[in-house]
Amino acid sequence: MPGPPVTTAPGVKVRVVTLKINEHDIGARETDSILDVAQANHIRIPSLCFLEGLSTWGACRLCVVEIEGYPRPVSACSTTVSEGMVITTHSDRLKRYRRTILELLFAERNHVCSVCVSNGHCELQDLAAECGMDHVRVPYRNQPYAIDSTHEMYRVDHNRCVLCTRCVRVCDEIEGAHTWDVKGRGIECQVITDLNQPWGDSSSCTSCGKCVQVCPTGALVKKGTAAGEMEKHDEFLPYLAQMRGNQ
Amino acid sequence: MNLEDLAEIAEQSAEAEKKQRHCVRVCMAASCQSSGAGAVLDGLRQHAEQDAEGGVHVKSVGCMGLCSAGPLVSVDATEPKTEVMYKDVTPDDAAELYSSLDGDPLERLRCSTDIPFFARQQRIVLKNSGVIDPEHIDDYIAAGGYASLVRAVTERTPADVLREVKQSGLRGRGGGGYPAGLKWSTVAMAPEPHKFVICNADEGDPGAFMDRAVLESDPHRVLEGMALAGYAIGAEHAYVYIRAEYPLAVERLKKAIKQATKKGLLGRRISDTTFNFEIEIRLGAGAFVCGEETALMASIEGLRGQPRPRPPYPAEEGLWECPTLINNVETLANIPAILARGGDWFKGIGTEKSTGTKVFALAGRIANSGLIEVPMGIRLREIVEQIGGGIPDGRRFKAVQTGGPSGGCLPEEHLDMSVEYDTLRSAGSIMGSGGMIVMDETSSMVDVARYFMEFCMTESCGKCVPCRAGTVQMHGLLDKIAEGRATQTDLDLLEDLCDVVQATSLCGLGQTAPNPVLSTLRYFRHEYDEKLRPESERWPLLPVVTGDN
Repeated sequence: MPGPPVTTAPGVKVRVVTLKINEHDIGARETDSILDVAQANHIRIPSLCFLEGLSTWGACRLCVVEIEGYPRPVSACSTTVSEGMVITTHSDRLKRYRRTILELLFAERNHVCSVCVSNGHCELQDLAAECGMDHVRVPYRNQPYAIDSTHEMYRVDHNRCVLCTRCVRVCDEIEGAHTWDVKGRGIECQVITDLNQPWGDSSSCTSCGKCVQVCPTGALVKKGTAAGEMEKHDEFLPYLAQMRGNQ
Repeated sequence: MNLEDLAEIAEQSAEAEKKQRHCVRVCMAASCQSSGAGAVLDGLRQHAEQDAEGGVHVKSVGCMGLCSAGPLVSVDATEPKTEVMYKDVTPDDAAELYSSLDGDPLERLRCSTDIPFFARQQRIVLKNSGVIDPEHIDDYIAAGGYASLVRAVTERTPADVLREVKQSGLRGRGGGGYPAGLKWSTVAMAPEPHKFVICNADEGDPGAFMDRAVLESDPHRVLEGMALAGYAIGAEHAYVYIRAEYPLAVERLKKAIKQATKKGLLGRRISDTTFNFEIEIRLGAGAFVCGEETALMASIEGLRGQPRPRPPYPAEEGLWECPTLINNVETLANIPAILARGGDWFKGIGTEKSTGTKVFALAGRIANSGLIEVPMGIRLREIVEQIGGGIPDGRRFKAVQTGGPSGGCLPEEHLDMSVEYDTLRSAGSIMGSGGMIVMDETSSMVDVARYFMEFCMTESCGKCVPCRAGTVQMHGLLDKIAEGRATQTDLDLLEDLCDVVQATSLCGLGQTAPNPVLSTLRYFRHEYDEKLRPESERWPLLPVVTGDN
């Protein structure tokens, strides 16, 4: 039975729906994504490109969940809930998919934790531990990527980049500078500053450092950090996004 | 322009035709042009100009279908009414061909039109292809063109048009096979005032050229289909998203839009009604992923051509967040005929669940390669052995690849299968947009899978991980197998990756990229097995480091 409409903002009516996640009955707003609802109900779904406060990207595919009656798994971050949905978040099949996706990411570039400044504070590392990815079956590509240290405070190490585009989105959507973007296609993709200029030469970068704070790995870091020293703080984002949205 | 004006143009054309002794048609589609049709056309025109008797009309037309025998020339005589087709015509043949017009046909170059290649076809989308001059709107009008549009806007409601399309059972010809009427009515029902129509002409499958041929041969048919779609769903703006690699199609399309607008068949107040419809062209820069509807729309909006998760579907939230109807070239090209002859007529062609005809680009190891249009439900064997003329050089048939990089390879035991959306899918392939590549016994199926995987790898947009990093690893494994360096473990890993990439990729490109591998594994697994090294000979992945070193 659909619930009564609830009001979130003046004039906007949102209906409440009931659904099942992992056999638990849950009530949610129909505008919420599966990931939002799961988080609100303390059900952890692994994700990498998603970050609260930024637009939904749906690219890492780690948050895929199964919905009864759907032909293939869907990403929880980009799928809104609907009445009567029956969702499974941790079937054996999904766990296998997540492990394989992580293997593909680890083999794509160089993610050797022991020499990384983000060691111990890295979302990719945490996800590998969470999903039980203890070895990589596919060959490492071992492509050397450049490191750009031209910025006076920060550094970008493309070897550690997972192309989640959080930096691109935060710079565009929150800072409003749009310094970051992506060039190339397929495996050749790379994040760039301005029109592929060295970061230090960027005329649009405000040096705000938001990109560094939202980067899940050791790709964007503060200069002067040694192995394991680079801690990131992205808690400011939902607050900032909400305050700016209310203006 | 009203129906009387259209009839008048048709009458004038008929009058002019009567005065002609002969109409000589030279195929000037891209394929024949590339084999020298331009010089043949010039040669024949010179002779016609110098002919004191006159009455010979040398006409540049679109694709005649049998591309492997191009340049093609067809000669019509008014009295008695005959038609002769010539193949492999060179500029040197022009004089001899011209002088034979009033006498016996030139047997040396003659191409029989009684052969199954022509006789077994049923032409709806290609009805005018190779007959009319695509650069002259009057030719299209004389062939009955724009009557469906004018009749619809002046005499019928949008709901009538919608009903006919629904009744026809037409399914999307771009590959998905989604019922066109259902898609149209979803957009029609959307309450938003601004809606768009998009014609997806971003054909990029290797070996496929159906949409290019339709646009080069009969661009007005597509424009008329778009305008009818706009009328039915309540849209006033449309885009044709076409790849820049199709310069001839782009040029003809531009010309066609200009001509139709000038005649009041596009633009503002079509046929003096309140219906306005404007079509713009957007060139794609050559990315296969831009054929995916959400990536295509991002590209039109001026953004990076990357897909986004669906839902919301374009019918709900498409171009600039407005409801958008997106159909491919062939789907839209069917519309004028459906409106002219009725949905029931269309439903009578083909099979119950796959109505109408399908255009295929027949290529590969086959005697007659080219463009064909056949009713749905035809046996695959009829296409390969009769229409295609079988495998040349006395070789044996091995497989037919349908649906491009998203499709699969079907072996000989499937040749008696009926060509329909659902049967092809159940056999592990797809109809796709209509590419059909025939392979003989010399083809290695591992190499075929590797080729398509390389295509998907280089065309992946790089947004989602399974497609970006998965296709690269799959290609590496196929390389290893093809070169005899792989073991059973590699093959198992390849199959595992197929499952992951298919199930978790963001858009159709990644979701279907494993299909050629899966279908070749399903029917030709022995070819993979033959290339595997025994596990005991497995090359170590990493050097073993011991304390003694």
